[in-house]
Amino acid sequence: MFEGDFLRVLHIDLNTSSFSVSAWPDLRPLLGGVGIAAKLMLETAAWEREPLDPEQPVIFAIGPLSGIFPLATKVAAVFRSPLTGEWGESYAGMRGALAMRFAGYDAVVIQGRAARPTYLRIDREGVFFKDARGLWGLDVEQTGRLLREFEPGRGHRSTWRIGPAGENLVHFAGVNVDTFRHFGRMGLGAVFGSKNLKAVVVDGTKTYPIRDPKAYNAAYEAVYREVVGTPQLAKYHQVGTAENVMRLNETGSLPTMNLRAGRFDAAGEISGETFAEKSLTRILACTGCPVGCIHIGIHRQRHPEGFGYISTTIAYDYEPIYALGPMLGLDSTEKIYALLEVVEALGLDVISTGVALAWATEAFGRSIIGERETLTPLEFGDERGYIAAARHLTSPPNQFYADLAKGLAYAASRYGGEDFALTLGGHEMAGYHTGYGFLLGHSAGARHSHLCNAGYAFDLKYGADFDDAALVNHLITEEEWRNVLNSLVVCLFARGVYTQETTVRVLGSIGIRTSPEELKAVGQEIFRLKWEVKRRLGYSLDSISIPKRYFETPSGSGLLKPQRFEQLLGLYRERLAEELNLAL
Amino acid sequence: MKVLRVRDTNRCIGCYSCMLACARLVFKCHSIIKSAILVRTRGGLQSKWGVDICRGCLDAPCAEACPTGALTQRPGGGVIFKKGKCSLCGECIEACIVRVIHPDDEGFPVICTQCGHCTRICPQEVLAMEEQKGV
Repeated sequence: MFEGDFLRVLHIDLNTSSFSVSAWPDLRPLLGGVGIAAKLMLETAAWEREPLDPEQPVIFAIGPLSGIFPLATKVAAVFRSPLTGEWGESYAGMRGALAMRFAGYDAVVIQGRAARPTYLRIDREGVFFKDARGLWGLDVEQTGRLLREFEPGRGHRSTWRIGPAGENLVHFAGVNVDTFRHFGRMGLGAVFGSKNLKAVVVDGTKTYPIRDPKAYNAAYEAVYREVVGTPQLAKYHQVGTAENVMRLNETGSLPTMNLRAGRFDAAGEISGETFAEKSLTRILACTGCPVGCIHIGIHRQRHPEGFGYISTTIAYDYEPIYALGPMLGLDSTEKIYALLEVVEALGLDVISTGVALAWATEAFGRSIIGERETLTPLEFGDERGYIAAARHLTSPPNQFYADLAKGLAYAASRYGGEDFALTLGGHEMAGYHTGYGFLLGHSAGARHSHLCNAGYAFDLKYGADFDDAALVNHLITEEEWRNVLNSLVVCLFARGVYTQETTVRVLGSIGIRTSPEELKAVGQEIFRLKWEVKRRLGYSLDSISIPKRYFETPSGSGLLKPQRFEQLLGLYRERLAEELNLAL
Repeated sequence: MKVLRVRDTNRCIGCYSCMLACARLVFKCHSIIKSAILVRTRGGLQSKWGVDICRGCLDAPCAEACPTGALTQRPGGGVIFKKGKCSLCGECIEACIVRVIHPDDEGFPVICTQCGHCTRICPQEVLAMEEQKGV
């Protein structure tokens, strides 16, 4: 973006260990981030091939604000998801955006498969293809430590790596970013594995002069002051996202023991407040974020022999606590840490792992599957079985784990228990049984995540007392606006600060003239581009089917009714057809 | 005159707001490569932070080592840098006892001006401007 009136795209071909850089003036109207990634996906996807085919692209993109405005800390990743078979989208923070910005690339497209395990160094000079044979098989922490020793760039580099789960193509493996953040969900780790790609290290050392320091500094400091002065953001620094445990438990929205309940008896034992009192050791921030929401806890265990202690530090947030705590009935911080440590090291997505194992536990309890499949007894509340199962998922010793490693939807289709297999849109559910907004938003959103359109926030505000059209309208307009935020690319925690007006002002200060109307149109265009990709990958809303469990366990908005959901889905389909100008 | 001090490293969250402020306000540049403050982990994000700053020496070794007079002693501590006189020899980088001077991408040393912008912007009050106490 700073190199000229175009966006600069780095293309990497692992087949031939070669790369090229190209200038794309026509990407500018899409801003950056998910907008340009969607466009590049349309240009490069191998439509007829499987998600783990070497020719499928992985696209990383940053936006105009990345690395130069508060909370513009995220890198967008787009790929064909091995978990859902369609649109894959994920975001990670920490140092990634800064490193990409000052390495000088707005987007990076990786295709092909390396002949042997490889890691990439990407910097201002280009791409270096490095032998990763000795790293293959190492967990994410060991890999990260070695790469920090191998690669220069202390303080301005970012290290993205997979663990054994990605290497073994677990369909919900993630990519660890700088130890404490992740490209989670939807299986980007498996896509790395399919390319023989162990890691990417990005180092940003370029400098760019500020074109209009007066305008830029005024815009920067206005955002900065608002960020540090906003109570809505302070909460992310204080108890952090983990405060949702009590909040959702109180409303009966906390999925517990495979959503057999919406409240967890031991919620107080695993709340954000308890995690802080018992274990919080430090709070970290992504580069350029004065809020700092990354809560690091200490997991301290007695040494099995003698009087010593073994201590490790692990990042906690609401989502891992939900997925390994209430969902699996683990009722103490120690139990959650013990499992989380293993899940993290292996490079599994924590939400998908928790939800898949919750289904397996219930299926085991109902004798739909037996110990021949699970190899270890699975029981809510017992972390030992889950630790063994997480390892089995990563390196399947039998057909059952090989099937479960393809995702819960796949496993349930083979073994049964689909009524209580908690996937929405083929994706293991996030931790919000809040009501219709979550159910529809998670199912119909482009990447089948609660983050697509914040249906849960609508539920928390209105409960079951809403007009159908209002919910559908909220989901679509919110998703369109989030497309804009995800193109800048700012952290969604800053969504209250980066309003349309502020975004226009901020972009203006770096020479990008726009208006609220134009931004809105960009959001709609990205929405349309994503659906173009989804349709070409064979996706249709017809595939949405909601497991019965969602209609059996009361949500935070009361008992949900299948008829009303169907009505809402019908209305969504109509609005979508209008929005996309297509018959659906 | 006051000089920059690290008041409490343990409160640092590693947000880099100080480095970004230094780059944009002093060097009118977007990149932390041009920051006189160096916030770094002590070895991976699992370690604590280290905040390396110009110590504002009263008899600055960097100025002493400068052969062209580009760096001169600043009254009250620290140095004054005149870019026009710099020959890019790098002697100051070698001379800095705490090794905080580093070259920018053109080879000029990145020198703290003791302006204090970073202390205003730090969200955790890690940095402060203080009078030198007798050295």
